[in-house]
Amino acid sequence: MNGTFSGDTIAAISTPVAAGGIGMVRMSGPQAFEIADQIFVSVSHKTVSETGGYHGLFGRLHDEQGEIDEAVVFVYRTPRSYTGEDVVEICCHGGIYLVQRTLRACISAGARPAQAGEFTRRAFLNGKMSLTQAEAVVDLIASQGQQSAQAALSAKDGAVFQKIHRVVDKMLGVSAALAAWIDYPDEDIDEVSGENLNQSVMDICDSLHTILKEYDTGRVLREGVSTVIVGRPNVGKSTLMNLLSGEQKSIVTQIPGTTRDIVEDTIRLGDVVLHLADTAGLRDTDDPVEKMGVELARKRLNSSYLVLAVFDSSEELSAEDLELIEKIKDRPVVAVINKTDLERKIDVETIREKIPHIAELSASAGEGVQALEREVRELLQLSSLDSSSGIIANERQRACVEQATKTMDEARQALEVGETLDAVNVCIDSAIDSLLELTGERASEAVINQVFERFCVGK
Amino acid sequence: MEYKMGDYEVAVIGAGHAGIEAALAAARLGAKTAIFTMSLDAIGNMPCNPSIGGTAKGHLVREIDALGGEMGKAADATFLQSRMLNRGKGPAVHSLRVQSDRDEYHKEMKHRLELQDGLDIIQAEICDIRTDENGALKELVTKLGAVYEVKTAIICSGTFLHGRIYVGDVSYESGPDGLHAAIGLSEALERLGIHLRRFKTGTPARVRRDSIDYSKLEVQAGDEPIIPFSFETPREGLKNQVVCHIAYTNEKTHQIIRDNIHRSPLYGGMIEGVGPRYCPSIEDKVMRFSEKPRHQSFVEPVGLHTEEMYLQGLSSSLPEDVQVQIYRSIVGFENVKIMRNAYAIEYDCIDPLDLKASLEFLKAEGLYGAGQFNGTSGYEEAAAQGLIAGINAARKVQGKEPVILDRASSYIGTLIDDLVTKGCSDPYRMMTSRSEYRLLLRQDNADQRLTPIGHEIGLISEERWQHYLHKQELIEQERKRIEKLTFGPSKELNEMLESRGTAPMETGAHASDLIRRPQVSYKDLEPFDTERPHLPDEVTEQVEIQIKYEGYIQKQLIQVEQMRRLETRKIPEDINYEEVRGLRLEAIEKLQRIRPHSIGQASRISGVSPADISVLLIYMESCKEK
Repeated sequence: MNGTFSGDTIAAISTPVAAGGIGMVRMSGPQAFEIADQIFVSVSHKTVSETGGYHGLFGRLHDEQGEIDEAVVFVYRTPRSYTGEDVVEICCHGGIYLVQRTLRACISAGARPAQAGEFTRRAFLNGKMSLTQAEAVVDLIASQGQQSAQAALSAKDGAVFQKIHRVVDKMLGVSAALAAWIDYPDEDIDEVSGENLNQSVMDICDSLHTILKEYDTGRVLREGVSTVIVGRPNVGKSTLMNLLSGEQKSIVTQIPGTTRDIVEDTIRLGDVVLHLADTAGLRDTDDPVEKMGVELARKRLNSSYLVLAVFDSSEELSAEDLELIEKIKDRPVVAVINKTDLERKIDVETIREKIPHIAELSASAGEGVQALEREVRELLQLSSLDSSSGIIANERQRACVEQATKTMDEARQALEVGETLDAVNVCIDSAIDSLLELTGERASEAVINQVFERFCVGK
Repeated sequence: MEYKMGDYEVAVIGAGHAGIEAALAAARLGAKTAIFTMSLDAIGNMPCNPSIGGTAKGHLVREIDALGGEMGKAADATFLQSRMLNRGKGPAVHSLRVQSDRDEYHKEMKHRLELQDGLDIIQAEICDIRTDENGALKELVTKLGAVYEVKTAIICSGTFLHGRIYVGDVSYESGPDGLHAAIGLSEALERLGIHLRRFKTGTPARVRRDSIDYSKLEVQAGDEPIIPFSFETPREGLKNQVVCHIAYTNEKTHQIIRDNIHRSPLYGGMIEGVGPRYCPSIEDKVMRFSEKPRHQSFVEPVGLHTEEMYLQGLSSSLPEDVQVQIYRSIVGFENVKIMRNAYAIEYDCIDPLDLKASLEFLKAEGLYGAGQFNGTSGYEEAAAQGLIAGINAARKVQGKEPVILDRASSYIGTLIDDLVTKGCSDPYRMMTSRSEYRLLLRQDNADQRLTPIGHEIGLISEERWQHYLHKQELIEQERKRIEKLTFGPSKELNEMLESRGTAPMETGAHASDLIRRPQVSYKDLEPFDTERPHLPDEVTEQVEIQIKYEGYIQKQLIQVEQMRRLETRKIPEDINYEEVRGLRLEAIEKLQRIRPHSIGQASRISGVSPADISVLLIYMESCKEK
């Protein structure tokens, strides 16, 4: 629990964690501006640090993977802010994925996930609140504390916890071996160094990286994937939408260009949640209303993560089809060959050359959904993920694992360049501490217990 | 009949390693002090290993010295062999360990006590402790009925309280080394509401030097050059005078133990005390680690003027006849003659959660505890606590705030914080792995960490202080010089680099970057560094470590800064946690029991959550506003 109470910079999502119009991540603390500058570039090229209080900046957010979103950043300088510290509020488009990615970027850049009620508590301690308000804060913290304690407790039974604990056990093994060898130099203990140590440390780093990766994949399962249904007019996009959502969401007619606006729904396909958007058929048109619909469709195609591109199996591939294939071939896309109940004229192989994931179905007959489900799972690489193997439950846990991963990577580097083992050992212990934060234990105790259990040491 | 015999500001009960430091520190700080001992001939006795230091323990001795304590100096004056352990594993875990001349160490310490102004040394057994109507300490009573009025007292009773020795099925009341046990004091403490519990420890046999065949054993020699414990002991002229030997148990030894394990009082359930995990008896090792084909034993001389040898690693509470069989089954020990048998000893001690971080009892004002009495083990751990208890008792009398060393300052601070925050379920031994800041808490920089504190307290002489300041200045100057120093690529320099197994340089390089390479030392650069001044080793050593480990040191310093912010938020002593709205029940119980002195300490208590700490902070702030 290093430095949990003041002096460091905390971050949290301040809007309800749900799909919504705007999401906000708030940071408070001495490094708030510095961290914001690491992840945000304003269009005016003015940095957050040089901005006066009560100002907003428009620009782009990015993390190690690249650009996250457009955002507006509001800057509040100490002491004139909610908490009395330097505060940055980052507003981006709503939706759990973007907001969480923004929060994570803050954490990777040096912020710490806030504890329950921590912003309010800081506000009180910095004299921004009266005594009576403080009483209410206490109740809030106490109740949230109970909740998070319960959440932590239930997480203990979870697969995540056990997975982390398996890594912790490995780390304790290495650390205890080092500790025994260092603290009992005169005892008959095998030297800990060389290849074995390198290998163990590398294995641990790999395990931690895997857990982090699984977290990110697992997020897809819980939070849903933004998905767009596209295709030229009248290939059956709306019929597919209605089939997947299980109700009449989109109006279906024989007339090409029926869908103008975007129709949305959140559906479950197997164990994946998709945020579906049915769009207007892509074609050049003179109808001003349809034209707007097509424009919206193109925009949504660009902002969605997963593409379901629908083709009519009873017709040959058109120029518009080919154009669409070219446009989306490098993105996560499943080609849906619809109307398999009719006579086939389409050349599937031409599509397959560009789009490996193909699902054949008949939306009107309601057949072939399993094929689509299988392709989506495969595409999202969910098949490699054992859903019972455990995924870290929330950002706080993820932050702990991320910190541990960073520190273990340092231990690995220290070993590589030939630093002395005291430094390596301290890195490993500090990584263990990060992980044990999830359970409230302390590394030094755990390591020493292991030393006495596993090694015959003592005068 | 009782009679008045005097009055003291600080009374120290027990003259072992804790008591000595406590008495000297209190007297040196100007408190009128007395030290009581069961026997003047047992002052500074080493009832177990004739040795001082070891991993983490060596750090403690250096720290005691840096603060102005005595153990390091006496150890330097009486050592027979010195080794720097863990060379090659990194400077943070280098640890000094010496073999001591047991008799000389006792004489040295006894004489140092006798020469101390303001300190009375009294052979007497304290049997009662009395408080006034407010619960504050009032007087001590000896077995003979002498009454001493005291303002503060420090209990350093070691293994004497209700000491009971076990050898096989025989057990009897006794202190260590044939001294009698202390009987009345435990009852007096319980009358004061102090709860006692039983811990256990053990020691191996002492055998005759000429009954061992050394030609069958491995030799372990000391290290050169010798680095003394004390920063005041000159490094020149120190000599190793003895060697130690290593022997190994074998399958035959283990069979004897297995055949006789039913005769062990520990396995037979006679001993209720909790033994130290790190100091297992040989029967413990054999039974618990049955897969190990052999266990080692160090044969250590007890002194220059005695033929007794200490058999490290072979402590036992098996019957004497079994002990003889065990020892004689070891190669080289075939004809070994036991002079003193091995034994286990059980004794009363407290739960250190009953103490404040100043080592004063939470519920008995003016009464302090130190050493094994507090649940620790080891001479060095004891001395460290004795020093702090002595300082704080004297300061209390003088109306000053107690000295509390935090975890980032020292192993001493870590030791005490562990004791009073987490308690201990078996005798506590210091280990480097207990410190999260161990890259900062090195034995080589104990003076930088603690001598300024020692000076402020008043335990560091002006002469030593000036010497310290001069050394820091030299370190600083040389560091700055090195930071600015650059080298162009030259054939000789590149040859040196390659011979160390590291890449040659193509363009110029900073000297500090070269020193940061793990393969290159400060000394390696000497031939190329033409303007290098001549500096003492203790200075260049610091320059090198500070440069080499700068990255790690900086990282730990950031952690320390975070920790200290919480440490400086003091919790009022009279806080009633039951009144703090919003605290969880478990947290209330823990906080009431441990009564942390700071938010930092509170946050380290298991069962106190971050939410509880938030609630506590708000409560404290609200109190201020009211």
